[in-house]
Amino acid sequence: MSYKEKQKLLVVGNGMAAMRTIEHILSYQEAASTNFDITVVGAEPHGNYNRIMLSPVLAGEKHFSDIMLHTHEWYQNNNITLLAGKRVEQLDRAEKIATLDDGLVLHYDKLLLATGSDPFIIPVTGKELPGVLSYRTIEDVEEMQSIAKQHKHAVVIGAGVLGLEAAFGLQQQGMQVSVVHNAATIMNRQLDEKAACMLQQHLEGLGITFHLEKNSAACEGVERVEKLVFSDGEAIAADLVVMAVGVRANTLLAEKSGLACERGIVVDDYLCTDDDNVYAVGECVQHRGATYGLVAPLFEQAVVCAKNILGLSTEPYLGSQLYTSLKVTGVNLYSAGDFNGDESSESIIYDDPANQVYKKIVINNNRIIGLNLYGDISDAVWYQDLYQQKKDISGMREDMIFGKAFIADEAA
Amino acid sequence: MTSVVKTTCPYCGVGCGVDVAPLDENKTKNIINIAVEGDKSHPANLGRLCSKGSALGETIRYDGRLLQAKVKGEVVEWDKALDAVADGFENVIAEHGPDAVAFYVSGQLLTEDYYVANKLMKGFIGSANIDTNSRLCMSSAVAGYKRAFGSDTVPCNYEDIETCDLFIITGSNMAWTHPVLFQRLRQAKLDRPHMKVVVIDPRRTASCDIADLHLPLASGTDAYLFTGLLAYLKGNGALNQDFIDQCTENFSDVDIADFSIAALANDCALDADDLELFFSWFLQIERSITFYCMGINQSSSGSDKANAIINTYLATGRIGKPGMGPFSITGQPNAMGGREVGGLANQLAAHMDFANVEQRSDVETFWSAKNMAIADGLKAIDLFEAIDAGKVKAIWIMATNPIVSLPDADRMRQILKKCELVVVSECMENTDTTACADILLPATTWGEKDGTVTNSERRISRQRAFRAAPGEARNDWWIISEVAKRLGYNDEFNYTCSADIFREHAALSAYKNNGKRDFDLSGMVDISNAEYDALQPIQWPVKKAGQGTARMFTDGKFFTPSSKARFINVSPRKPKNKVNDEYPFILNTGRVRDHWHTMTRTGLAPRLSKHIIEPFAEIHPYDAEKFSLKQGQLLEINSHWGSMLARASITAEQQKGNVFVPMHWNDQFSYRGRADALVNPVVDPVSGQPEYKHTPVSIKAWQPSWYGFVLLRHEAGIGLTHDSYWSKANGGQFIRYEIAGTDAVDDWKKWLNDRISGTDKMDGLFYNDTKKSYYRAAYVQNNKLMACVFIAPSIDLPSRNWLAGLLAKDSITVKERKSLLAGRDSGNNFDPGETICSCFAVGENTIRHAIKTKGLTTPKDIGKCLKAGTNCGSCIPELQKLIAQEKAGLT
Repeated sequence: MSYKEKQKLLVVGNGMAAMRTIEHILSYQEAASTNFDITVVGAEPHGNYNRIMLSPVLAGEKHFSDIMLHTHEWYQNNNITLLAGKRVEQLDRAEKIATLDDGLVLHYDKLLLATGSDPFIIPVTGKELPGVLSYRTIEDVEEMQSIAKQHKHAVVIGAGVLGLEAAFGLQQQGMQVSVVHNAATIMNRQLDEKAACMLQQHLEGLGITFHLEKNSAACEGVERVEKLVFSDGEAIAADLVVMAVGVRANTLLAEKSGLACERGIVVDDYLCTDDDNVYAVGECVQHRGATYGLVAPLFEQAVVCAKNILGLSTEPYLGSQLYTSLKVTGVNLYSAGDFNGDESSESIIYDDPANQVYKKIVINNNRIIGLNLYGDISDAVWYQDLYQQKKDISGMREDMIFGKAFIADEAA
Repeated sequence: MTSVVKTTCPYCGVGCGVDVAPLDENKTKNIINIAVEGDKSHPANLGRLCSKGSALGETIRYDGRLLQAKVKGEVVEWDKALDAVADGFENVIAEHGPDAVAFYVSGQLLTEDYYVANKLMKGFIGSANIDTNSRLCMSSAVAGYKRAFGSDTVPCNYEDIETCDLFIITGSNMAWTHPVLFQRLRQAKLDRPHMKVVVIDPRRTASCDIADLHLPLASGTDAYLFTGLLAYLKGNGALNQDFIDQCTENFSDVDIADFSIAALANDCALDADDLELFFSWFLQIERSITFYCMGINQSSSGSDKANAIINTYLATGRIGKPGMGPFSITGQPNAMGGREVGGLANQLAAHMDFANVEQRSDVETFWSAKNMAIADGLKAIDLFEAIDAGKVKAIWIMATNPIVSLPDADRMRQILKKCELVVVSECMENTDTTACADILLPATTWGEKDGTVTNSERRISRQRAFRAAPGEARNDWWIISEVAKRLGYNDEFNYTCSADIFREHAALSAYKNNGKRDFDLSGMVDISNAEYDALQPIQWPVKKAGQGTARMFTDGKFFTPSSKARFINVSPRKPKNKVNDEYPFILNTGRVRDHWHTMTRTGLAPRLSKHIIEPFAEIHPYDAEKFSLKQGQLLEINSHWGSMLARASITAEQQKGNVFVPMHWNDQFSYRGRADALVNPVVDPVSGQPEYKHTPVSIKAWQPSWYGFVLLRHEAGIGLTHDSYWSKANGGQFIRYEIAGTDAVDDWKKWLNDRISGTDKMDGLFYNDTKKSYYRAAYVQNNKLMACVFIAPSIDLPSRNWLAGLLAKDSITVKERKSLLAGRDSGNNFDPGETICSCFAVGENTIRHAIKTKGLTTPKDIGKCLKAGTNCGSCIPELQKLIAQEKAGLT
């Protein structure tokens, strides 16, 4: 057995981006000249769970144990030290030292920041009232479930992916749910008008009420929130207010440490910060000007980041093509890229209203630049591949909307 | 057991016997089921039927029938309608004389109908202005026979086709137009391999399939060829001088010019060796038949062409003997019957003529005629010109669709529209002609009519009714007789049944005949009603009951005053209108395999609407290249007289500089698909037959901005309103439209809602490619596909077959619904391709696949394997072509 250098890797954050990177490090480690002692510091008391599966838990379709990715045992079995329920307060990059909130001091050779993001809280009066929540952690879910047992009226602010998943989950928990959204159509960053209407109708069919083009002005209540007041003066009953209006990259620690930060921690194509020994991955980073709040880009970053930490050669990370789906039972939708298109683009549209199927492929210069699939997403993966590979689709243009099976060269 | 009714097919002049077993009929459910089989005992077909005959069952329907009389669009009782016709005619006659009225009748009338119409016009109204659509197909052949034989006598019979040693097909694609005779010929050639078949036709047609030699002569040069043949025979000492001397006259009048094979080959654009080979065969092979049809007749020199053919038989004495003779074949079920009663304006009755004063007087006496016409009437084209000139003011059209079938058809429509009184007797409500009618009279049709027809070998057969007349439909003879009675001729038209009329017709043929006239039914004068009902097919003349005549002129005697056949001196002429820079193509028109005439019957049959679904124009690849025309593209064809649209069909079977279009399509089935709108109104000076086979035209691509198709289930109860190119074909459960348009459409959904009523309320599926102008929609109700629409910027559209299959089903699966707008199933599901065998619905791809995988080498092999070609056999030439192509590795 050849000698391998042993180094210390400190990981700040115990979320999906961090743990995916660690998994890659473990699997590529054998090929590398360096072995790492890994320590993970995580703010939540748990092992790593699949955050994007919180919605089925909220809806009561899954238990928390179903969505655990890495249990405490897993860390032990892989000789990883997990410091759960703790925060890194300070970094001394010159000395390569991290100080935790409990005063513990950790030395590192390489540091990986995976501090994720924080939900954006709308600065309205009454935002501190009990019953006003964000939707980020299993604790948020548990609190919502507990409120649902005692109260009736839930209001979700924000009709994006997270907001609608929360709305569905709360509706499944037996609450009367209203969704407040500032734009004219729901999920307007992922769906075109037509798909948005179909989705809205579906959710309305479940009993969810929508208040579109409304801005929230205040949460009001005596001991806890009782109503939400809009900027136009109208108010609706609210025993629970869930703010799901987006996230902000968590750059607090990085900024304090003097790392370059803009909307996120600035990284290069190898997920390295402006400090050669400090890497960052996940929702906390800003890469080529973009921040990401979805899981797929994190996974794409993780593999590049892991190899780079290990000193293995790797393709650069060049950014991600975004796509979205929605975890609402009974709804299949898929969105990617420029799904609205513009003057220079063209669209292929398939519409089967009776079956609630709507598909739209946006094309520019014989390449897919955007997708909206509603009701039938069976070929989403194939479209996504074509989209990401920027494949010339002129030879399959006429039939591609019907799926891969209809394209001789692709179906084989 | 249902009882079988023996009747005769209503299509071409072969006159096949048909066994019909009525199965069940339910008017409220619009079901009429009959089983149709070839009559094994009928001498014309011996059990065979062609694709059209086999599909007769599909054409018996309630919908589309004219079932009530109408005057100016108002439904009226029969009495009122008949009064209106009688009053209308009476008024015109009173004011303008009998020549101001006319009948225009049809080779689809039964002999009895025809007889009564002719009698009324020529003996009682007092004009000979009764002409028939046979003018358009047969009159040159009639003129040829009459000039040569002194009578309109077909010398040969069908057995001669089987017993000849050289069979010359000229101006006929009999494989498609007279398929049962072609089947008999094909079998005879198999049984007697020494038999030679020569096809003389500018096109390489399906009939060339069994030809030993195809002579693709230049359009219109037939008379050069046959006068050249006569010269060749003379030059080679092959004339039968004894026959010429004893049985013919005027041979010395025939100008037999100096002759060289090379010069003639040049005139006809033929290979000299091929030409000489044909001539040498004719010289050597005595038992030869020249079988001719529209390619000869429909010419400005059609009569001369017929006589040029007949001359070669008279000069060789090849007449009146088995297996030989000049054999004109008719295109209609009763063209011959019409000729027998004198239904042409230049005939009198029973093969008698106005020119013969004695005959005229005999007929007058026999009929007790009140107003005997004294001279020939107006032939079809002259008749319409006379309407235009205001000389004819009332016309009664029976069982024909002249607005489609006459040349210069758009102008003919304008003429008919301005005629003061247009009466139309029809079985179908909507035709291009009924659209011009002031009075519509509902007539019976095949299956309801009862009477006789005569086929191309002079064989009289019964058409028998097997169902009651629907609605107010009446037999034509009854309608004509009722009008006659209202005109004051009660006793003379007091018929109680068709047998009454037939007896009178037979009696007239026998009247003072004594062997002077060929047409003689003296053996049938006393036929009883029961005998008439039971009448077996019999060839005239019938001089003794039950004894027909298989062959004419066996004694070398003819019906001229001298009893000698006459030679006619033929100076070959080119077609009247020559191609020029503006109109550089020669237009040729004709039939397709599975349609007949103006499609009023065949257009109802889904099986017959699959083979060829819309008007097409066959052009040679050289011309296509030269004029940048592509396969499947829509073409605009223009002549000096009119224009049409047709789908380009590029084939080397067509000659360079020629274009062939089918004659069938009309305003009921297509947009600007009327071929005869193009045709020059040029006629043969002797016969008055129009030159359908030669009109100078120009061709250019018609450039729509979109193409498409629509399949509409019948029960959806909706139709397509059309304002751009469309053609329509019956697909069984659905109507298939092919469409195209020049105007860009912004909102296809709205466009369709505006044109297909009710779609806005249906469960629809839509496909739209915004920039490529692709649009597709399907409409479903209770899981049943009701309609679908496919639009594309080019002719590249999905196959209609898979969708047609879904329209045949009562419900579609989830997977099928998902695939609907793709127009095909995903995966490797096999597409059978375009239908080749209509009888068993076998597609081209199925056949090709079987040829390849099973090593099939003959149509018989294919038949064993797939049944294709084993019923009517009409597709055998196409099967052979597919075998040849597969063998050569072509697809």
